[in-house]
Amino acid sequence: MLTIENLHAEVDGSNGKKPILKGLSLTVEAGEVHAIMGPNGAGKSTLAHVLGGKPGYEVTQGSVTFKGEPLFELDPHERAASGLFLGFQYPVEIPGVSNVQFLREALNSQRKYRGEEPLSGGDFLKLAKEKAALLKLDMEMLKRQVNVGFSGGEKKRAEMVQMGILDPAFAVLDETDSGLDIDALRVVGEGINTIMRAPDKGVLLITHYQRLLDVVKPDKVSILANGRIVQTGGPDLALRLEEEGYDAVMSEAVA
Amino acid sequence: MPEVETLERAADRPTNRDEAWRYADADFLAKAHPDAIHHWRTLEVPSGETRSEFMYNNTGVDCPGAIDRLRVHVRKGGRFEGFYIIAGGKYQRVELEVTLEEGAHFEFGGVTIGGGDKVQEFVTRTIHAEPNATSNQTVRAVQWGRSVGNFLGRIEVVKDAQKTDAAQNFRAILLEKGASANTKPELEIFADDVLCAHGAAIGQLDEGAAYYMAARGISPEVARRLQVQAFIGDAFVELGDADVRERMLEQALEQLDGAAL
Repeated sequence: MLTIENLHAEVDGSNGKKPILKGLSLTVEAGEVHAIMGPNGAGKSTLAHVLGGKPGYEVTQGSVTFKGEPLFELDPHERAASGLFLGFQYPVEIPGVSNVQFLREALNSQRKYRGEEPLSGGDFLKLAKEKAALLKLDMEMLKRQVNVGFSGGEKKRAEMVQMGILDPAFAVLDETDSGLDIDALRVVGEGINTIMRAPDKGVLLITHYQRLLDVVKPDKVSILANGRIVQTGGPDLALRLEEEGYDAVMSEAVA
Repeated sequence: MPEVETLERAADRPTNRDEAWRYADADFLAKAHPDAIHHWRTLEVPSGETRSEFMYNNTGVDCPGAIDRLRVHVRKGGRFEGFYIIAGGKYQRVELEVTLEEGAHFEFGGVTIGGGDKVQEFVTRTIHAEPNATSNQTVRAVQWGRSVGNFLGRIEVVKDAQKTDAAQNFRAILLEKGASANTKPELEIFADDVLCAHGAAIGQLDEGAAYYMAARGISPEVARRLQVQAFIGDAFVELGDADVRERMLEQALEQLDGAAL
């Protein structure tokens, strides 16, 4: 469903362009949840933003195929409209725009791109209520400005409500578990399962911790280090990382 | 050719050397009929009453310029609210001179929005003539092309106007390189127990928010419209009639639709 081949990417930094991804290859099949773990600075967030098309992130080599089409030929909003959802590590505040307006514009933009009829105000609110309830987010929160004044946990829950409403084919979730307490983590994890666990959907789950994986239960786990995937295994790989640390597990892999 | 008269009338015209006209369109001032410059509308707000004015100013492209000047006197405990959009040009100016008696309030919201070589400006002079009067002014400028958005806001607090509370806030967003904005708050305060707040900022649309919207499938055009709507909405927060507020916002945003950005 998502195939990344020999991906090299640079990021604009204070000292010019800095190479971050150095030949990353990875495939996620439909129906799969693939977790990516890795030490700080390995390139995890860069991978997410390169897939999302964030300005300042330049692909210098390699390719990404999404649902059989070359991803990089699409603008960021077109990638989203073709079913790629990017969950932000730090969701952005948009003062003056309510969640309801934001999400309705987003959903109807996507529907328009796909040649579908826009959703009416009433139908949209019904859908929003349903998804907010699923993530235990107060509907009143959705009437407020996008992420403005939201706590860390509320922002992440709001992201999952967005995902529920937009119903993407594939989600790249960048440290969705950061900033969550244990209860919120469970709610978000179960939200991911409910929204994205389907034979025709896929998830790339970027995380530091096993805690979220206890709930989401990935099919595969890969370690990203120094801009490349250095090891791929089953769910047990995450457990070993949690117990032994990156250095031990990775040195074993090299040996 | 009555040259003498022409010279006299020319002397009547303000120029960019005059403080209140420093950012005005010089070409227009040089050619405009003095009557068009010096005409003032007047309004008196009776004690304890409220008068409101909503105005969408768009002269159309063929008009070289338009100046609207309004002198308001607000009696004790009265309230004057003025909400204005300047979308026209080439030169368009809305000027308000408001005198506040005891406990009176002046609420002002202004938006300039335009491209090309338009010069669009608000000029206010707020006179706190008696104690306990309040004023609140919010101006938002959205400019592209080589257009200019200006706000000159002068606040005068006379010697006995204690407990005056006056606030002024100007923010501009420049959608393209080449557009500009000018502001110059001017405070003249002769009372000692007074609150006067003013703030100004000129910047670009938030790229982070634009990317976030793109990541949810919103096209750059729609994202820009949403961001500009949120930005100029500040100027109409105090506009109580929701229908009027919506219509004003729509009229302002229509300018963006025609913009080749």
